[in-house]
Amino acid sequence: MSNSPKTLFDKVWDSHVVRQIADGPDVFFIDRHFIHEVTSPVAFLGLEQRGLGVLFPEKTFATADHNTPTINQHLPVEDPLSANQLLQLEKNTSKYGISHWGLGNPKNGIVHVVGPENGITLPGMTIVCGDSHTSTHGAFGAIAFGIGTSEVEMVLSSQCIMQPKPIKMRINVNGQLGKGVTPKDVALYIISKLSTSGATGYFVEYAGDVFENMSMEGRMTVCNLSIEMGARGGMIAPDQTTFDYINGRELAPKGADWDKQLAYWKTLKTDSGSVFDKEITFLASDIEPMITYGTNPGMGMGISRNIPQAKDLEGGASSYAKSLDYMGFEENDSMIGKKVDYVFIGSCTNGRIEDFRAFASIVKGRKKADHVTAWVVPGSHVVEAQIHEEGIYDILTEAGFALRQPGCSACLAMNDDKIPAGKYAVSTSNRNFEGRQGPGSRTLLASPLVAAAAAITGVVTDPRQFL
Amino acid sequence: MAYDSFKVLRSSAVPLPIENVDTDQIIPARFLKATERKGFGDNLFRDWRYDKNDQAKSDFILNNPTYSGKILVGGKNFGSGSSREHAAWAIYDYGFRCVVSSFFADIFRGNSINVGILPVQVSPEFLHQIFTAMEKNPKAELEVSLPEQTITIVSTGASESFEINGYKKNNLLNGFDDIDYLQSMKGEIATFALNR
Repeated sequence: MSNSPKTLFDKVWDSHVVRQIADGPDVFFIDRHFIHEVTSPVAFLGLEQRGLGVLFPEKTFATADHNTPTINQHLPVEDPLSANQLLQLEKNTSKYGISHWGLGNPKNGIVHVVGPENGITLPGMTIVCGDSHTSTHGAFGAIAFGIGTSEVEMVLSSQCIMQPKPIKMRINVNGQLGKGVTPKDVALYIISKLSTSGATGYFVEYAGDVFENMSMEGRMTVCNLSIEMGARGGMIAPDQTTFDYINGRELAPKGADWDKQLAYWKTLKTDSGSVFDKEITFLASDIEPMITYGTNPGMGMGISRNIPQAKDLEGGASSYAKSLDYMGFEENDSMIGKKVDYVFIGSCTNGRIEDFRAFASIVKGRKKADHVTAWVVPGSHVVEAQIHEEGIYDILTEAGFALRQPGCSACLAMNDDKIPAGKYAVSTSNRNFEGRQGPGSRTLLASPLVAAAAAITGVVTDPRQFL
Repeated sequence: MAYDSFKVLRSSAVPLPIENVDTDQIIPARFLKATERKGFGDNLFRDWRYDKNDQAKSDFILNNPTYSGKILVGGKNFGSGSSREHAAWAIYDYGFRCVVSSFFADIFRGNSINVGILPVQVSPEFLHQIFTAMEKNPKAELEVSLPEQTITIVSTGASESFEINGYKKNNLLNGFDDIDYLQSMKGEIATFALNR
């Protein structure tokens, strides 16, 4: 064994390599596998066609989230295709003895919200799911990333996938965040600097005071968005904040097992002198509340700025023009004051309790703009219960907002919550691709604070004036 | 599911010179509701290909009969976004066996190989040469040789090599897949799991 300094990523990766293939990928062992209704049915079908079983059913956890309606969840799901996917998930998990938190289960919610809140996600683990935002779980110092359906079948049948080891990048953000600047803004800022392909091929570690001082909810938001800069995943070294979050959660280790695991978790940090393939440092004071103006998450800027000119950007002028044309914006436009038709707060990016606290901090004592349709969607039933317990529900109701039931909702236009063609939505989700929230929809990605300010005023508004 | 093997492919191609083509464009989420892997090609690039009344948009390249072939040539950062393997299934089901770009998103690249599509990453200059050749002659052929790891513009003879690791190359050449490989080492995996 070499004594050379190792990064957090190396420590976790190397301890999960079952076999290294010369001139090929590593056979990589998976500790936790999450599945949902959309990307798993073909994998189960594959198992049947090959006559294979599920090797470790206790290491896979299923929840229904992408297709599910966010109102009237007690009624049968209307869309027959969605209903069939939900039924297949129920049948497949039952057949192979996999735990399943389907619609109506009190533990149901978005896969990347329920994993952490039930203590399934732990430091040092390898975690995969057929969903690119699996990177969320990296907030706990786990290696977590999205996989395709063929790989879902691999994990079910062998608890391994075959992955070349990514190269390493460290992103440092130092200093103190300004008023109204949230973890979402930090992530959108980094993506705007790196572009949506700037971290492709890398696994990212986030470091520096900004992340050290961030809550677990905030760290999850940041790691969630790692994929939007092209990275396979992002992770943050576990610390007391992490341990306090995990301690006492239902499936987290208890007693002597807790002590043993905690001792291991405390070793999960990058040794000083470790070398990264790339290292970037940003200043917290340079970040303001962010908003996107284009059709990928890299097309974002500080909310007080004007839309950049193609000539100031590197390459891709025709793609840039196509993007602004889709959005109905022009170079040099200010975003402030642009009319907003829809506001969506929720998703695996910003569907946790802290996000609703932030949203409520602005809408409290104010009224939703009449012309705005707002969808307020908790990430899980646990979050929903917290919203009630903390009095946020009453604040929302008095301000004219209705609370919906948990699910992916308007993030990806797979369920009933779709933004109509041509309409503008300020959304706390993760992707502003063409048609992402419904055919022809126009998405402005932003934080829960920016979403709240837009919901109140009906136009894009700098939230700092309300704080 | 093991797929057809890939050796040498000579074909005309379809150019899509747009950057950051994300998997929501390749196949929108509302078409991910099947529970079997079939029919996804019909919805490939659905919202670029059809208008809201399901009428083909004549200005989109897949609706232009001048262009056809088994190779899709895309702009930089092809396949970004969602991990949906349905994007690779749609491309395969439509009839493409190879995608060429100057840069691929990670998950899409892996998914492609896993379903039997060869992703060929070329330099930005070579990508430009391909687009130019296709502008001159929409039927311009490309030859992709996996054994040689080269891609050639047949009309000009211009050629470039591309990278693929030896393991994946062997899989594609023989139509093997990772699941076969993993099944062959189940004992080793069980021992590894026990010792964790």
